[in-house]
Amino acid sequence: MLDLSSNPGLRIELAALAARHPAAASDAPAALKSLTLAVAAGEQVAVIGPSGAGKTTLLQAIACALRPAAGRLLLDGEDPWSLPVARLQHLRGRLFLAPQTPPLPPRQRTVTSLLAARLPRQSLWTSLRSLVYPLGIDEAHEALQRFDLAEKLWSRVDRLSGGERQRVGLARALVAPAGLWLIDEPLSALDPTRAAMAIDTLTGAARERGVTLLATLHQVDVAVARFPRIIGLREGKLAFDLPASEVTRDHLLRLYAQHEHELAGAPPPGTDDRPPPPMIVCR
Amino acid sequence: MSATAPRNPSGGKPYSLPPPLIHARCTACWIVLFILLLTTASFFSLNLQWGTFLSLDALRKMGRFAAELLSPSTDAEFLGRLAVAGAETLAMSALGTLLAAVAGLMLALPASRSHAGDQALARAPTRLVLNVLRSVPELAWAALLLIAAGLGPFAGTLALALHTTGVLGRLFAEAIENTPQGPAYALRVQGVPAGRVFLYATLPAVLPQVLSYSLYRWENNIRAAAVLGVVGAGGLGQMLAFHMGLFQMSETSSVLIAMLLLVVLVDLLSYVARRVLGR
Amino acid sequence: MAPATPHPALRDPAWSGRLFWALTGAALLVPMLWATEFRPWILFEPASLRSSLRFIAEFFPPKGGREFLALIAYESWRTVAIATCGMALALLLAIPLTLAATAVLSVSALPGRMNALPFVLRQAVRWLLIVLRSVPELVWALVFVRVVGLGPTAGVLAIALTYSGMLGKVYAEVLESGENHATIALLRNGSGRLQAFFYGVLPTNAAELTSYTIYRWECAIRSSAVLGFVGAGGLGQQLITSLKMFNGAEVSTILLVFVVLVGVADWTSAKLRQVLA
Repeated sequence: MLDLSSNPGLRIELAALAARHPAAASDAPAALKSLTLAVAAGEQVAVIGPSGAGKTTLLQAIACALRPAAGRLLLDGEDPWSLPVARLQHLRGRLFLAPQTPPLPPRQRTVTSLLAARLPRQSLWTSLRSLVYPLGIDEAHEALQRFDLAEKLWSRVDRLSGGERQRVGLARALVAPAGLWLIDEPLSALDPTRAAMAIDTLTGAARERGVTLLATLHQVDVAVARFPRIIGLREGKLAFDLPASEVTRDHLLRLYAQHEHELAGAPPPGTDDRPPPPMIVCR
Repeated sequence: MSATAPRNPSGGKPYSLPPPLIHARCTACWIVLFILLLTTASFFSLNLQWGTFLSLDALRKMGRFAAELLSPSTDAEFLGRLAVAGAETLAMSALGTLLAAVAGLMLALPASRSHAGDQALARAPTRLVLNVLRSVPELAWAALLLIAAGLGPFAGTLALALHTTGVLGRLFAEAIENTPQGPAYALRVQGVPAGRVFLYATLPAVLPQVLSYSLYRWENNIRAAAVLGVVGAGGLGQMLAFHMGLFQMSETSSVLIAMLLLVVLVDLLSYVARRVLGR
Repeated sequence: MAPATPHPALRDPAWSGRLFWALTGAALLVPMLWATEFRPWILFEPASLRSSLRFIAEFFPPKGGREFLALIAYESWRTVAIATCGMALALLLAIPLTLAATAVLSVSALPGRMNALPFVLRQAVRWLLIVLRSVPELVWALVFVRVVGLGPTAGVLAIALTYSGMLGKVYAEVLESGENHATIALLRNGSGRLQAFFYGVLPTNAAELTSYTIYRWECAIRSSAVLGFVGAGGLGQQLITSLKMFNGAEVSTILLVFVVLVGVADWTSAKLRQVLA
C-alpha cells in the first residue's frame, strides 16, 4: 500500500499571474490575464468556464510547464522559477498534470503507462528494471480497480476505448508521488454513470491522502455537486471564486454568456482552448 | 452571326491570345531539357564501346559464359564450401544490421529534436556524422576496414554496420521527431529526466517503425553482404570473385544460385517477421 | 504485503514469452558472432592499430594539387555519366517490360478474370524482372568486364540490366495500385492498349513514376561509384587504385568528393521531385 502520509498536499498562491499559451507568439494576447487566487493544502477546487477561458493554460502554469509572462506563482510558499533547475525538477515530481488527451503511448501496455507516473521518484536502475518486468503491479491493479478497470491491467492501450483510456489517465494520479493533482477535463469521454463513479473516486482518493486537487470541468452540474469550491474563468480573468453552495444559475449564465451551448454540460467539439466559432444570430 | 448582332472582330467571344507553346517560365520544361542534355552529354563523353560489346568475339564469349552458367557445379565438396560461405554471408548481414539498429537508435537520440522547445545542440553535428556514414557505400567501407580488420567477414560486418547506421539513424531520428508528443509531454512535466522520458513514452511509439525499417534494411544488406567478398571481406562474394577470376563459370553459376536463394530466404524471413511484429 | 484476496493474474503474462525470445535471440547471436569472426579486439592490436592510425593520419590534409583534382573532377563526371547512361538504357528496357507485365492494360481481364495465356505471359515477364533485379549489379559488372574489357561500358550495361528490373517492378506496382478508372474506360470503349497507355495510364501515374525514377537515378550514382571497384571506371576505380597504394591523402580526397557528390545528387533529386511531381 502506498504510504499516504508521504504526499502532503501543496499550497498554491497566484499573484497577478499572466501566462501565454505555449504555442502563441510573444505579442499575442495572454491566455491568462492577472489572476490572483490561493488554494490551501488539501483543498478541492473545480475550475469552470467557456472554451478559450484559459483553463488549460492555468493548469499548465501551475504545473510549471510554462513560465508566467507576468506575476508570481508560489507553491508551498516558494517561487518554483527562482529555484535551481535540479530543485525545480524535484518539485515537478510533486505535481501531477493529467492532460485532456490521456498521455498513453498506443502500443504500450496499460500497466507500464500507469506505472510511468511513478518515474519521478524512481532511480534509474529501478526504471530500467521496471521496463523489463513491471515493479508495483499490485499498486497498479489497485488503482485500476478503483476505476473499475482491473481486467485491463495487461491490455495494450490501443485496445482500450476512449473512455477506458481516460480512466487510465486518471488512475495514474493514484500511483503518482504527487501532492497536487491538476486534472484537465477528466470526464469528457465518459457517460454519466461512469463519470459519477470516476469523479467520486478521484475526489475520494484526494481526500484520503490530503492531496490538493484542481480540476477543470465542462460538466458544470458535476462540478457544483462534487466540489466544495468553484472558480469561474472567463477570457483569462477570474469571474468568480465561490463555495459551491453560493454559485447561482445567474453566475453560470453570466460566465457562459455567448457560449450557452457549453453550459448544458457537454464539452464543445475540439476540446482545446481555442476561441469558439462566431455565432450568427438572425434577428 | 446575324446582321443585327454587334460588330465584333472576335465574333462575340472575349478576345484572348492562344497559350504560348513553350512557356519560358515553365520550370518543368527547363528541367526536362536539362535532363535530356545531361543524358546526351553522358553518352557522348563516355566513349562507350558498343563495337566491342556487339562484336563477334564478345558475343561468342557471352555465349560460352551463358552455356557454362546454365550447368552449375554440384560437386559435393564444393557445395560444402558453398554452404559455409552462405552461412557466413547470412551471419554478416544479420549481425551488421543488428549492430546498425542499436547504434542507429543511440545516434538518433541526439540527432532529433525531442520537442519544440528543445535546443538540440547536438542535432546538426550528429546528422552530419550520419550523412557521412551513409554516403560512403558499403564496399568502400569494407575496402577501408580491411586495413584495420584484415581479410575476412569481420571487415564486411563492420562495413555493413557503419553504412547501415547512417541510413537507419536518420530514419529513426525522423520517426522520433514525427511521434505525437502527448505521452512525452506528460512525463516531462512531472520532472522525469530525458532518457527515461524516451524509454517510457517515445520508444514504445517508435518501436514498430524501428523494427520495420531494420528488417527492410536486412533485405538490402543480404544483397550487399553477398558482394562484399569481392574486395576480400569473406562470404559468397569472395568465392564468386575467385571462381570468376579463373573463368570457372559452372562454379560461378552455383555461387550465383546460392546468392539468389539467400536473397529469397531473407526477403521471406523479413516479410514474415514484419507481419508478426506488426500485429 | 499479501493482498486480502489472492490475485493469480498479478504476474506479467508476457514475461515467459519475452524471456523465451530473448534467450532464443542470445542463442542465435553466438553462432553469428563466431561465423563472422567477430573479434573487435584485433582492431586494437598494436600492429593493426599502428597501420590504421598511420593511414588515418595521412587523411589530413587531403590531397590537393591541380592535376589530381582535375583527375578527380573528370572521374566524378564519369561516375555521373555512367549512372545517367545506365538509367537511360534501363528506362528503354523497363518501359516495354512494364507494359508487358502490368495487368492494367489487360483486355482479357475487362469482363472478369484474365485469360490463361495472357496471365502466363505476364507472370513470365514478372519473373524476368525479378531475376534482373536480384542479381547484384556487381556480378553483371564482373561478367561484362571480362567480355568488353575494363571501362565504363561494363558499368553502364550492369546498371542498365539491374535497374531495368527494379524500375520495371516498381512501375508495374505503381500502375496497378493507382487509379485505373480512366484506363479501363478507354479499353472498354475499344481503344488500343498503347492508346490507353498514353491517354489513361501515363497521365494518371506520371508524377509517381517520375518521382521514383529520379530517386533511382540518385541510387545509380552510388552504384556506379561502387562498380568502379571491379574496373568499370569512375571514382570507385580511382579509390581502389589509391587504396592499393596505401595513399591516405588521395583516399581522403576521393571520399570527401564522394560524400559531396552523393549530397549534391540527393539534393538535386529532392528538388527535381518537388518540381516535377
